Amino acid sequence: MLTLTNRSKVVVKKQMTFWEKLYIPAILGGLRITFSHFFKKKATISYPEVQREFAPVYRGQHVLKRDENGAERCTSCGLCAVACPAEAITMTSAERKPGEENLYREEKYAATYEINMLRCIFCGLCEEACPKEAIFLTDRIVPSADLRKNFVYGKNKLVEPIEKEKRISVARRQTEDVSEFKKQPNVAHNKLFEGKKLK
Amino acid sequence: MEMSFIIYKLILATCVFGASLFVAMYSTYAERKVAAFLQDRIGPNRAGPFGILQPLADGVKMFMKEEIIPNVSNKFLFLLGPSIAMLTALMTGAVIPWGTSLTINGTDYPLQVTDINIGILYLFGVVSIGVYGIMIGGWASNNKYSLLGALRASSQMISYELAMGLSIIALVMMTGTLSVREIAAQQTGWHWNVIYQPLGFLIFLICAFAETNRAPFDLAECESELVGGYHTEYSSMKLGFYLFAEYINMFISSAIIATFYFGGYNMPLIGRFVTNPNTLAMLGTMFLFLKIFFFIFFYMWIRWTIPRFRYDQLMHLGWKILIPLAIANIIFTGFGMYFFN
Ligand code: SF4
Ligand code: SF4
Repeated sequence: MLTLTNRSKVVVKKQMTFWEKLYIPAILGGLRITFSHFFKKKATISYPEVQREFAPVYRGQHVLKRDENGAERCTSCGLCAVACPAEAITMTSAERKPGEENLYREEKYAATYEINMLRCIFCGLCEEACPKEAIFLTDRIVPSADLRKNFVYGKNKLVEPIEKEKRISVARRQTEDVSEFKKQPNVAHNKLFEGKKLK
Repeated sequence: MEMSFIIYKLILATCVFGASLFVAMYSTYAERKVAAFLQDRIGPNRAGPFGILQPLADGVKMFMKEEIIPNVSNKFLFLLGPSIAMLTALMTGAVIPWGTSLTINGTDYPLQVTDINIGILYLFGVVSIGVYGIMIGGWASNNKYSLLGALRASSQMISYELAMGLSIIALVMMTGTLSVREIAAQQTGWHWNVIYQPLGFLIFLICAFAETNRAPFDLAECESELVGGYHTEYSSMKLGFYLFAEYINMFISSAIIATFYFGGYNMPLIGRFVTNPNTLAMLGTMFLFLKIFFFIFFYMWIRWTIPRFRYDQLMHLGWKILIPLAIANIIFTGFGMYFFN
């Protein structure tokens, strides 16, 4: 018979021999196998007590980053929302007023910024799309909630705290390339602007 | 009949009752643990240390569930089903000798609720009523899956009861008695019946699995085809009763296997070291329970090893293999008794 691959096998429906028909030897064999598993090391990780290491590329809850001066990086360009295959991101923009330079890095900022965590598939495309290095996925788990509306995370949950020591590190999620890129002073949005320092 | 006798019987009956419930309760826990261990998991470990409060949590859960009785069901029979299942499961414990006898103030207190001289017949009678619990429950639900489950259960139980009875006949021929106590008493030392009746034991064991509706013969509640089988429509504690009755049945049938074939409360050798009859009796009871626990474990071990039989395979095994084998066993036993006695 001509076959496309060499992997096909001819199936034979063979009659059971008397020994096989007795079942008992087979049953004893099965019992022996299951019993040997009784003493095997268990694969379980008891979650709250033992926490499993996440892979470096793990993609969890998002964070909206601030820059070195504590100003929000997001400029409400909407590229993340466009990139999002799950259409999980919505935002409205607002214009920065004079005197708000310490709060918002660019002239335009996101007045509201919402991610629906039930829609999100944690693909990380928003992170990739963002030209301002504002949104990142972190290794935090989205906690459970009992109402759908509680899964729509607004800016209060997404933007990281302003205090330096409470900032959420995304260093683990950064590839070498990105870290290198961030160090280049000639890239516009990496520059520190005068007058943006915290007052 | 003096007062002390009644009190003693009452205490004993309560103990047997309590022990059955307690063992059944922890069998549910053990089942999960054994299943987990056999599958490289840990099993329940959240309720209390090592999860030993899990059965209580399950009980609370069962009680708190919504009580649903289908509109189209026959209400009386619907309630009767689980009650019969539970009742018959608990009734069998009465004739099992849990130990020799305790001597207190010169009076003998045998550790058996009642020693009727036709104990084996009583056991069979009660066990075969047990199938009505499932049959009635399944029929009264007015649900095709329940009905199919009940049908399977009843035909399976009836056909396996035959083989079981035949395998017991060989045992009765050998021991010459229908009293369970005497069967246990005859197996002193190493004279366990399993040595003289290996085939009979094997048949009895297989039938016991079928009678208790345990895997690989749990076709009556085959989830893959029948949703939940005969208890599809049941909820809350009525479901709990069905599930619990299964575990009590498992306990009792382990006790019966241990008593019929594995010497019951008899311990080889111990009699040489311990002379106090009361201590001996207590040790004997403990030893019996060890055997029972082993068989309960065996039940679970089998359940998590062997896949479910197909229905025609089940009937084939029962009618075409076990019954002829059991009859052959009777004939062999007859020849054996004729030539060796
Ligand atoms: S991770 Fe993917 S799905 Fe989630 S918000 Fe970002 S782009 Fe959308
Ligand atoms: S997070 Fe980035 S991509 Fe999204 S709106 Fe803000 S700046 Fe644009």
